[in-house]
Amino acid sequence: MAAKQETAAAVRSVEQYKYGFVTDIESEKAPKGLSEDIIRFISAKKNEPEWMLEWRLKAYRYWLALGDEEPKWAKLNYPKIDYQDSYYYAAPKQKLASMDEVDPKLLETYKKLGIPLAEQAVLAGVAVDAVFDSVSVATTYKKKLEEMGVIFKPISEAVHSHPELVKKYLGSVVPYTDNFFAALNSAVFTDGSFVYIPKGLRCPMELSTYFRINEKNTGQFERTLIIADEGAYVSYLEGCTAPQRDENQLHAAVVELITLDDAEIKYSTVQNWYPGDAEGKGGIYNFVTKRGACRGKNSKIMWTQVETGSAITWKYPSCILQGDNSVGEFYSVAITNNHQQADTGTKMIHLGANTRSKIISKGISAGKADNTYRGLVRIGPRADGARNYTQCDSLLIGDKCGAHTVPYIESRNPTAQTEHEATTSKISEDQLFYCQQRGMTEEEAVSLIVNGFCREVLQTLPMEFAVEAQKLVGISLEGSVG
Amino acid sequence: MALLEIKNLHVSVGGKKILNGISLALNAGEVHAIMGPNGTGKSTLSNVIAGRDGYDVTEGQVLLDGQDILAMEADERARAGVFLAFQYPVEIPGVTTSAFLKTAINAKRRAEGKPEIDAMEFLKLVKAKQKLLSMPDDMIKRALNVGFSGGEKKRAEVLQMTLLEPRVAILDETDSGLDIDALKIVSEGVNTLRGPDRTFLIITHYQRLLNYIVPDHVHVLVGGRVVASGGKELAEQLEAEGYARYLSAA
Repeated sequence: MAAKQETAAAVRSVEQYKYGFVTDIESEKAPKGLSEDIIRFISAKKNEPEWMLEWRLKAYRYWLALGDEEPKWAKLNYPKIDYQDSYYYAAPKQKLASMDEVDPKLLETYKKLGIPLAEQAVLAGVAVDAVFDSVSVATTYKKKLEEMGVIFKPISEAVHSHPELVKKYLGSVVPYTDNFFAALNSAVFTDGSFVYIPKGLRCPMELSTYFRINEKNTGQFERTLIIADEGAYVSYLEGCTAPQRDENQLHAAVVELITLDDAEIKYSTVQNWYPGDAEGKGGIYNFVTKRGACRGKNSKIMWTQVETGSAITWKYPSCILQGDNSVGEFYSVAITNNHQQADTGTKMIHLGANTRSKIISKGISAGKADNTYRGLVRIGPRADGARNYTQCDSLLIGDKCGAHTVPYIESRNPTAQTEHEATTSKISEDQLFYCQQRGMTEEEAVSLIVNGFCREVLQTLPMEFAVEAQKLVGISLEGSVG
Repeated sequence: MALLEIKNLHVSVGGKKILNGISLALNAGEVHAIMGPNGTGKSTLSNVIAGRDGYDVTEGQVLLDGQDILAMEADERARAGVFLAFQYPVEIPGVTTSAFLKTAINAKRRAEGKPEIDAMEFLKLVKAKQKLLSMPDDMIKRALNVGFSGGEKKRAEVLQMTLLEPRVAILDETDSGLDIDALKIVSEGVNTLRGPDRTFLIITHYQRLLNYIVPDHVHVLVGGRVVASGGKELAEQLEAEGYARYLSAA
């Protein structure tokens, strides 16, 4: 039985990554490698103002001074990355005025991804800022949002149209000195989304960006900046897929969120980058810095992530709870199969009084994969009455995978309360047999049981995302039992 | 041809012989009861028919419509119409009873080449069956078997059986842990399923259940062998006399 299933799984893994197609569009690339000249090239391509170029160059010099030394503390194993062997700028050659002018092949790509770009976007009530490699191709629903005072556009445009906002907030949550990958991103980022929700507005639709890496040997370095002004609310969805390739590709994004008084941002991610094949060949290296600052009192930031893809995931969506009574939440499902490695978690930094945070992490490990939850809850001396609740559950499938939990708790305030709960379990033979006796295949049974295990997290996703996520949970574990 | 035929079945677990050549023929429309003391292989028999791992069939066959099913996976057998109501139903945290039922129903429908069940149709169907078993509507919102009482678990098993409408229904000690009211309700649920296209294999310690689900045939299992077969009066005789005479013979 085992041998039969392994063979079937191997065949499937070749076929199963359904987003593994490449769009053949002539693209405009900067020469390979990284230097001040390349950064000037990127900045010039974007027609950026001097201050933006200066910022990039400072970031680049800082990154150079770090001497090619990536953070080493994560439980991840990968060969040395040659940063000179990658392209840092690739853009489709055409400039587009409207959707009609979009290359049909490009639209075909989006279709395969299931992105409702044109009419569907309107019907679905989703505005999509689609990032194709580095340049935003089309931004839908822009007008309607504009009328309400919402700014939702590629960050490369916001640099020109709203320089005061970009200047004020860019790098204010994740400075370029934050870490190796944030420095790299700050130097070379090519595009990403910019969102500003004006005072008192509850954004009536979910804003959504699909990131997609297309060009061969292209790193993707998108930069997202979301600001919710006083009393504003926005729910933002981010979905990721990438074509299937033998070589590893680097993805180093930065996302910064800012909430002012009484504002709320809900940021949901379904990350399904190519994980590599069953033998661990290829796949995306995902080194991402995501952080939100609850600057205002009573503000709230909620991260939900479903991480099923990438060969390597290094990602800690965090909250800095500055404002009194502010709330940070982190809900995570991380699934690793075959040779995938994930080191992910969050940091909740309590600075203001009565700040609260909640961490729900579900790690699922199968095949020969390693899955680590790494988290920090830090309570500062002024954070009277701060509270944290952390729950970390791990589920193991098979006996060659690993689950690790590394929680740090630092409290400098005697009135604070922190709670931590952790469990590790396996899918039992009894559960599998029970489901199979009801006619479900082994794979359906695993998918059902794992979805049950993750339910608390999946429930926090917006409806249309939740359905996709549930399916992904099943797909990414195919062939994991046998 | 019998709907389910067990031919000279020998089974061992971890090298220890549990079943020593069992032969039974269950025709469509019949209800068979298997009685016997603890540790005589009753649950082994039901697990082997359902296809659970960990049992070595050293000899014999299990035929469904004349086809040997022993090489089939458990899920294939289930889709072919074999259902086992578990003695100890398994908890599946986070999976609502509703989601579980729908997945099971759709697995069966897919095998039959039918489209997935419509959400409204599903709710209607489940509600009707729940009513039959005196189950509260909101029970399907709870995680399957998690925190269920013994009686609730057994009812949930019978609910699944009535929804999946199997051709061969095996009830493994479904009466254990049930009070008399629950026993009546569960029996009623089983009786409504009795019909010309279906056969039941009811495993029990006690004659009590057989007052409500009246069997056509009763078999006594001792030491991994069928030592006696008869009509429903055999169950009454066992109730009065116990298994002593069969145990000494074995």
